[in-house]
Amino acid sequence: MTGVRVLVGTRKGAFILTSDEARRDWKVSEAHFPGWEIYHVAGSPVDPNRLYASQSSGWFGQVMQRSDDGGISWNPVSNDFTYAGVPGSHQWYDGSLRPWEFKRVWHLEPSPSDVDSVYAGVEDAALFHSADGGSSWQEIRGLREHGSGAQWQPGAGGMCLHTILLDPHNPQRIMVAISAAGVFRTDDAGASWRPVNKGLLSDGIPSPAAEVGHCVHNLAMHPSRPDTIYMQKHWDVMRSKDGGENWDEVSGNLPSDFGFPISVHAHEPDTIYVVPITSDSHHFPPDGKLRVYRSRTGGDEWEPLTNGLPQQDCYVNVLRDAMAVDSLADCGIYFGTTGGQVYVSPDSGDSWAPIVRDLPAVLSVQVQTLS
Amino acid sequence: MIRVVLPAHLRQLARCEGEIQIETAAPTQRAVLDAVEAAYPMLRGTIRDPASGKRRPFVRFFACEEDLSHDSPDAPLPEEVVNGREPFLVIGAMAGG
Repeated sequence: MTGVRVLVGTRKGAFILTSDEARRDWKVSEAHFPGWEIYHVAGSPVDPNRLYASQSSGWFGQVMQRSDDGGISWNPVSNDFTYAGVPGSHQWYDGSLRPWEFKRVWHLEPSPSDVDSVYAGVEDAALFHSADGGSSWQEIRGLREHGSGAQWQPGAGGMCLHTILLDPHNPQRIMVAISAAGVFRTDDAGASWRPVNKGLLSDGIPSPAAEVGHCVHNLAMHPSRPDTIYMQKHWDVMRSKDGGENWDEVSGNLPSDFGFPISVHAHEPDTIYVVPITSDSHHFPPDGKLRVYRSRTGGDEWEPLTNGLPQQDCYVNVLRDAMAVDSLADCGIYFGTTGGQVYVSPDSGDSWAPIVRDLPAVLSVQVQTLS
Repeated sequence: MIRVVLPAHLRQLARCEGEIQIETAAPTQRAVLDAVEAAYPMLRGTIRDPASGKRRPFVRFFACEEDLSHDSPDAPLPEEVVNGREPFLVIGAMAGG
C-alpha cells in the first residue's frame, strides 16, 4: 500500500495506525501485547515489514518482539541485555554510587542499510547492538567505559539512553543522548566515545564547562545535513552546526523552552518542531493550550500551530519519543499524548486532526512511509 | 507431572491457555522454573532475573494456600504439587493503587 503506518507504543500495549497518502481516514489496530508497556516500536528503513518492539513490565521485566510482516504477527527474540565485563557503578540521585543494572529498552534504532542490524538504548544507560535481527544483543561497551560513566546520574525518568542518531552518510558516526548525562559521539563505529556537550547550560550544575550531567531530552537530525543537530533539553532548545562540538540556544520566542520531543521536517532541514511544556514541575502545556511550535529558521523564531488542537483545558504531556514525521511529498507531523490522543498534521503542521483519542498514555510514535 | 499456573501476562506471552504441565528433574522451585523456561523460552527472564537468577520482586510463588516465595529455590515443593493434586502458582503481585 502507499501511505503511512504509525507505530504507537503506550502504557498498555502497541497500536498500529494506517492510512493512505491523504491521511484523513485511519484504521486503528487492536492492541498488540495488551497490558504491557511498549516503550518503542520501530521499523527498518531497509524493509518496512521488519518491525522491532520493546515490551516491558514492572512485574515481568523486558521482552523483545520482532515482526517480519509489518506487525501482523510477532515473535519474541532475545531479551538478554548483559553488560559487557564488570559493569561498575554510576551516581545515584543522592550522590552515592549504584551498580549498573539493566531495567528496560527505551529506544530502538534500526540500521538504514542492514535489515538485521538494530541498536537499542537501554536503562541503566548503555547502547546495545544486534546484528542478527534481535536474536542476540551485544553491548557497545566503549560508551559506558569511555571514562565519564561513573559521573552519570539518572533523570527523574531513570538513567536512560533514549536517543540514537545514525549518520546516514558516515556509518562510523553515532550520537546518543542519555538522561541526565548528555550527548556522546563516536566516530569509529562505537570503539571510542566522548561527551559533546559544550555550550549546554543547566541550572544546578556549577560549572558551565561540565562535560556531563546535562538532562538532554531528545535529539533530531535531518539526513541531508547530519552535522546540524537539534536538541530539546530539560530546559532550552539547542542547536549544533558542527556535529555536537558546540551548542547554541535557539529557544527564541517560545512560551516555554521546557519540553520533551523535537523533530525535523522531512524535506526542509531548517524546519523544526517542539511542543512547549510549562515547566519541569508542571508537565502540561502553558495555559491549557496544546500548541506545537514550528521554526522555519532552525530555531530562534517560532510560530504556534494550533489549528485543530485543543486550545483550552488541555493538560496532557508529549513524551520525548512521541513525535515523528513522515516523508510524503507534503510532510506529515505526528505526536501522541499522555492522554492517549494521537494527532496528525498532513500539511507540515498547518492543520491538525486526531487519529485516535482514547488510547492508553502514549510513550512513543514512529512513522513509516510506505510506497 | 507438575501443574503450573501462570499469570495472564505470561500466558499471553507464552501463547498458552489455562494450566501448563511439565516434567521436572527434581521437585523444587528451581527445577520447575527451569522446565517452564525450557518448554517456553520466551518466558526466560520474566519470572526470574536473568542475571541473578532470583525471583523478580513483584512475582510470587504460591501452592497449597501457602506463600512459597521466600523458600529456598532448592527446597522440596509440597507433596501435593509434586503428585499433581495442586498447582504451583506464579502470581504477579498486587501493586499500585
